[in-house]
Amino acid sequence: MQRREFLALVGAGLLSGYPPMRQSTQDTTAGPAGRLYDPSWATSVQPVTARDNDKGIQAIEKRIKCTCGCGLDVYTCRTTDFTCPVSPKMHAQVLALADAGNTPDQILAEFVREHGVEVLMAPKLPWVNVSVGVVFVAAVALLLLSMRRWVRRAQATAAPATADAPPNPAELERLRQALLHTDA
Amino acid sequence: MTLLGNLALWVAFLLGAWGALTGFLGAASGRADLIASSRQAVYALCGVLLVAVVSLEVALFRHDFNVEYVAAYTSRNLPIFYTWSALYAGQKGSLLFWATVLSLFGALAQALTAPRHRVYLPYVGAITCLVCTFFLSVMVFSSISHANPFERLAYTPVDGNGLNPQLQNPGMVFHPPMLYLGYISITIPFAFAMAALLSKRLDADWLVAIRKWTLLSWLFLSIGICLGMWWAYVELGWGGYWAWDPVENASFLPWLTMTAFLHSVMIQEKRGMLKKWNLALIIGSWLLSIFGTFITRSGVIASVHSFTQSKVGWFFGGFLLIAAGGSFLLYFIRLPLLKAEARLESMVSREASFLFNNLLLVGIAAVVLLGTLLPILTEWLVGTKYTVKAPWFNFVNIPLGLLLLAFTGIGPLIAWRRASVPNLKRQFAAPVAAGLVTTLAILAAGMRDPYPVIAIGLAGFVLTTIGQEFWRGVAARHRQYGEAWLLALGRLIARNRRRYGGYVVHFGILILFIAFAGYAFKTETEATLRPGESASIKSPYGWTYTFTHLGISQYTALNRQVTAATVDVSRDGKRVGLLTTEKRQHVDAEGNPTFQPSTEVGIKSDVREDLYVVLAGVVNGSEQAVYRFTINPLVWWVWYGGMIVALGGLIVMWPGGGSVSVRRAQAGYGVKLVAKNG
Repeated sequence: MQRREFLALVGAGLLSGYPPMRQSTQDTTAGPAGRLYDPSWATSVQPVTARDNDKGIQAIEKRIKCTCGCGLDVYTCRTTDFTCPVSPKMHAQVLALADAGNTPDQILAEFVREHGVEVLMAPKLPWVNVSVGVVFVAAVALLLLSMRRWVRRAQATAAPATADAPPNPAELERLRQALLHTDA
Repeated sequence: MTLLGNLALWVAFLLGAWGALTGFLGAASGRADLIASSRQAVYALCGVLLVAVVSLEVALFRHDFNVEYVAAYTSRNLPIFYTWSALYAGQKGSLLFWATVLSLFGALAQALTAPRHRVYLPYVGAITCLVCTFFLSVMVFSSISHANPFERLAYTPVDGNGLNPQLQNPGMVFHPPMLYLGYISITIPFAFAMAALLSKRLDADWLVAIRKWTLLSWLFLSIGICLGMWWAYVELGWGGYWAWDPVENASFLPWLTMTAFLHSVMIQEKRGMLKKWNLALIIGSWLLSIFGTFITRSGVIASVHSFTQSKVGWFFGGFLLIAAGGSFLLYFIRLPLLKAEARLESMVSREASFLFNNLLLVGIAAVVLLGTLLPILTEWLVGTKYTVKAPWFNFVNIPLGLLLLAFTGIGPLIAWRRASVPNLKRQFAAPVAAGLVTTLAILAAGMRDPYPVIAIGLAGFVLTTIGQEFWRGVAARHRQYGEAWLLALGRLIARNRRRYGGYVVHFGILILFIAFAGYAFKTETEATLRPGESASIKSPYGWTYTFTHLGISQYTALNRQVTAATVDVSRDGKRVGLLTTEKRQHVDAEGNPTFQPSTEVGIKSDVREDLYVVLAGVVNGSEQAVYRFTINPLVWWVWYGGMIVALGGLIVMWPGGGSVSVRRAQAGYGVKLVAKNG
């Protein structure tokens, strides 16, 4: 590169802004019509079928966890992580089981038989749900009982106070000043 | 620079240990020289750690790929913006970031704490130094933890791995530091709580000292969580913003307990009650922030957000156990000193409503914690790892969340101490009527899903509560001082920032609940389209959207190869505009692919609904594209609800407006006087 070319390049670079900060784009679409320039840049997928959009199938898949480790349900995984090799297979299995005349519960039971109960997004864990319910109800009951006890104690201790001497004017003035500023 | 960074880490470790030792000894013995030395150590620790951060940033910007961390998280063609954020993109860098910010907060606490609260500072300095020293020990004992960000490789790669494409999003530049700031800043209130326990100064004074810190922490957590939701929505491509992932839960847990604290602390300030509860909430919040780091770093629970599994997690597990044991032991020893100064006088009072609000917030936190830890617990108990996901969390938390929304409206309507029946009638009439009218209106509009109906009905109730509070305040000022309405509103907020800022937060929360209700009406479809072909989808509002595939273009941009698919969108035959969604293959400086292709979602957002278009891929290398089209109602409200929450938080903590602490003390005194005088 000649010095003049170099300086011209530097000048152009300065005029066009700091290169790494720019999102300069270069259109390289040059493939034949209907074909991509480089298909490897994009994920290759199978065409969607009407069954893929079946709400009943989607509802079943939303209850089954993809076993790829993503933690998502099969439907969300196959329509989000398009590189996951597991969710399309599980989707195909759901379709096959549905085609064989299985009900949603039977399909779920088949997955549980194959992968264990951890394949479900919300496994039936009655002892967990019951425990949560019982603990919560117990906590509310405990709070109510405690509050009742506190209120009774307060009433018991407040009674003699009402029989005291009338309020001190200085204290009342201070209270008036305080209440002027309070926000409650 | 890495030598300097390494040296800085070691010096910081020693300074931290020294600051902790002298702080504890000085505070216990009252020796001024030790206290002064501890204070200087806190400042020096901050300075030295800033040197370490600068050293790592220099290594990142210089592309010093001999440094393992630099090679693992950056590449030559990584945009500058993300080269900077690589500081906290990986485990090691985030540990350094954490320790540095903690030392900075520790130094700010020393410098900014009001003179009347300085009595706590030796212990506060000692505790911040201790926590900081723990983080530094994880980094400096690298032979065990492998967590030193300045660790060098045996060779120098030509280029680095680059940053995960999903982290190359503006949301990811701001979301992690905001969450970290939230987590880290909880350490300061925790340190004050420990200082109060250690020094046996357990009156309301320490609460005044931590007020701004708790608000700051809550604000950072709120902003961090909202930014995380936004990032998940625009970047991950699954069409939602909250999945009850363990790491999301880990950020939500301290937010819940801090929110509970911000409410219950008012009862202690005004009535001298709930001292034990407030201390437990602060200790619990801090432990939950450490629990969050344990979850993210230990690999004990699988999460898409987790750092790579490493031994660092066990450092945190051990630290968590020791810290929990130590702080609760001290707490139990001091329980006799934490007697309430007043008692609950009525079941129908603001104190009682705050207690229920606390129960709900802590209850939700407990449920979220249980669901998050269920795999570990069930493996221990029954030998099988059960995991629960979004359906279970929604099943349990939606009813609790709706109850909480109801209390958002009920709380402000009930008087302190004891509410009378006429007072209740006067306060509740308009909000209850508005709630009923809203519910009937949406039922008449054809909405039948019970949870959204209840959520929107309650939103009507809460909105009227807030409006009524503002209206009465403004009208009173207008009447009393003859102020113009807008001026009266401004002054009302300025004079009572805590109260009216709190209402703004409540307004933001109700906006969020409406948005969550809208999410129940999400609709989606998949379609395979050739150029010129269309797919249609009906929105929950009854409109039909038509998406016409225009074609695919491919181009290179900076550090990626882009496949962009464009659709023309029309609503009921009327053109709406274009939407472009992309597949991005990130490449290194040599043009070699670095990660799996990532998806860039096309989103068209308005106040009613979002059109959310994802390019799933192409069929056989042709322009035939597979799309997922989603219509997400009211998502816009999530972001603006979050902004309103943040605005309310800022109003509450905005400095000035007179001595708030004095007013609080006066208010508490005033309430006591009323009690004494009947």
